[in-house]
Amino acid sequence: MHAPVVTTGRDLRLDLFRGIALWLIFLDHIPSNVVSWITIRNYGFSDATEIFIFISGYTAAFVYGRAMRERGFIVAGARILRRAWQIYVAHIFLFAIYMAEISYVATSFENPLYNEEMNILDFLKQPDVTIVQAMLLKFKPVNMDILPLYIILLLFFPPVLWLLRRRLMLALGSALGLYLLAWLLDLNLPAYPEGTWYFNPFRWQLLFVFGAWCALGGAERLAPVVKWRATMLVAIIYLIFSFLVALSWYVPEPEAFVPHWLGDLIYPIDKTNLDPLRFAHFLALAVLTVRFVPRDWPLLGSRALHPAILCGQHSLEIFCVGVFLAFAAHFALVEISGAFWMQVVISLLGILAMIATAALISWYKGLEGRSPGPRTKPPDADLAGGEA
Amino acid sequence: MRSLFTVLLAATVLGSPALAVDPPSCAVPDSLLFSDADLSKVTAAVAKQRQLAIMVVGTGSSMLAGADGVNLAYPARLEAALRQRLSNVAVKVSTKTKIGQTADTMQRSMRDLLVDEKPNLVIWQTGTVDAIRRIELEEFRSALEAGVEGLQARGADVMLMNMQYSPRTESMIPVGPYVDEMRAVAQQRDVPLFDRFAIMRYWSDEGAFDFYAAGRDNGLAQRVHDCLGRAIGTVVIENGHLQSFVNKASP
Repeated sequence: MHAPVVTTGRDLRLDLFRGIALWLIFLDHIPSNVVSWITIRNYGFSDATEIFIFISGYTAAFVYGRAMRERGFIVAGARILRRAWQIYVAHIFLFAIYMAEISYVATSFENPLYNEEMNILDFLKQPDVTIVQAMLLKFKPVNMDILPLYIILLLFFPPVLWLLRRRLMLALGSALGLYLLAWLLDLNLPAYPEGTWYFNPFRWQLLFVFGAWCALGGAERLAPVVKWRATMLVAIIYLIFSFLVALSWYVPEPEAFVPHWLGDLIYPIDKTNLDPLRFAHFLALAVLTVRFVPRDWPLLGSRALHPAILCGQHSLEIFCVGVFLAFAAHFALVEISGAFWMQVVISLLGILAMIATAALISWYKGLEGRSPGPRTKPPDADLAGGEA
Repeated sequence: MRSLFTVLLAATVLGSPALAVDPPSCAVPDSLLFSDADLSKVTAAVAKQRQLAIMVVGTGSSMLAGADGVNLAYPARLEAALRQRLSNVAVKVSTKTKIGQTADTMQRSMRDLLVDEKPNLVIWQTGTVDAIRRIELEEFRSALEAGVEGLQARGADVMLMNMQYSPRTESMIPVGPYVDEMRAVAQQRDVPLFDRFAIMRYWSDEGAFDFYAAGRDNGLAQRVHDCLGRAIGTVVIENGHLQSFVNKASP
């Protein structure tokens, strides 16, 4: 069950940036949305997915690490698995919504210009296969790849957490080893109807475990390095470099920024396999963030940032709401109007709906007596079951 | 050099009342049409032999259904547009289209396609099926690269053509990443990309066409294909440096 989410021990920066990442993921999920130009994927190699997975690893280790210390491996492990189950149920719920949408489209769509695109509706012709494949997490519609990744990461998290608490460096080293091994052997999980997972869990686990590692003492070990002027400089240079490369995707004269030899060297920048360039881009962003947004940053308590923090504290629910809203937004753009102003309005309304949902969830939790409200200190007793 | 704004493709038509489809105003900004990639084989064929053989290799979105579909789909419209503008050149556009093929399937069959014919330019339309089936991006990319290399090795220029803009299926078919891969491969291999996705998106934003329409409107499909054929013709002339062969009468 859910526990109070704001704790004195909790780093509000995590909630803030996870909330913002959820908004960006929502904006990116609305197809051809003009507002998605503001999201970070257009300005460098990594995108909101990296932020989401890293922070999810961090909070999972923070919450369940404490549970493991206080209640032992079995109890903490059981809670992690229950969390994975909740996410699985959420995923299947989203799949039902997807099927509803695609079925609706199938009944009305017969524009001869799009004969080929209509083949997407073939999945409806064999619901027996499609639905079972979806339940096996092999058939994943568009925008529904992150939760299956999250499920797999949590399923294997109990032993990882156990190791992290005993041998911090060994655990991180193993994650890196698995990442490299998967690279070497081209490991990934199979998908339906063909191919492999869009987010390769053997590769993305590195970011999740790195987040957990940071939560359990890694961040303190890195702190001196992060403070070096050289680290800052390298991070800034790298961010500028990746910005210029990203710019070349949208301007007509790409050779000005990316000569062919460089292109041959860096492309493809592979999202499926968490390309090292993406990982490095996330690290560079993280270095700057940690530098300029301290843990006791006064604005973290401000009203302006409260909505984002609230969303970040209920990440699973808000993520699911975001996927649903992206479907709904697309529906509205198709059925009502796809005009520029409409895209802006729909994007804003969607984010408002995410904030309202987060506030509602907090209110419910308050009702259940598990938390007197998001901005006051909760009782310490049930910290461990919190949102991870 | 190139004007900053629009080229009125419709203006290229000089009174041909017999034309089945009325050309709508489907202007495309230069920035969406042209790239720096030269079509040198096209230039040479036209300069030396006054001939231009183009082959369209594609899938379902390169065809139109119906008895007259072949004549109304964009490959035939491209041929008509080029013949009209380059009346001193023997232009021939052949098609090798088959529904439901991924880039990799097409890439594998390409060596057979070029046995009987020796086109100067192959327009390779692909990506839709890969996006529907969510083929791994890496696999998609290597298929594109292998295909482009194979065609170039057989002495043909290549032009890549990406997916259609299809707002109704956008939340179901993840075209975005595949569009990006095609753009990257085109940039890396110095081949022109006919950015059908961006062009149709532009037409949609400008109100030239209503791609949100769900109904069985053959007229819309035919007008779009006609515009696509003309736009490709403009790219062939521009990137193949054929301006000096364009009929004096047409602008």
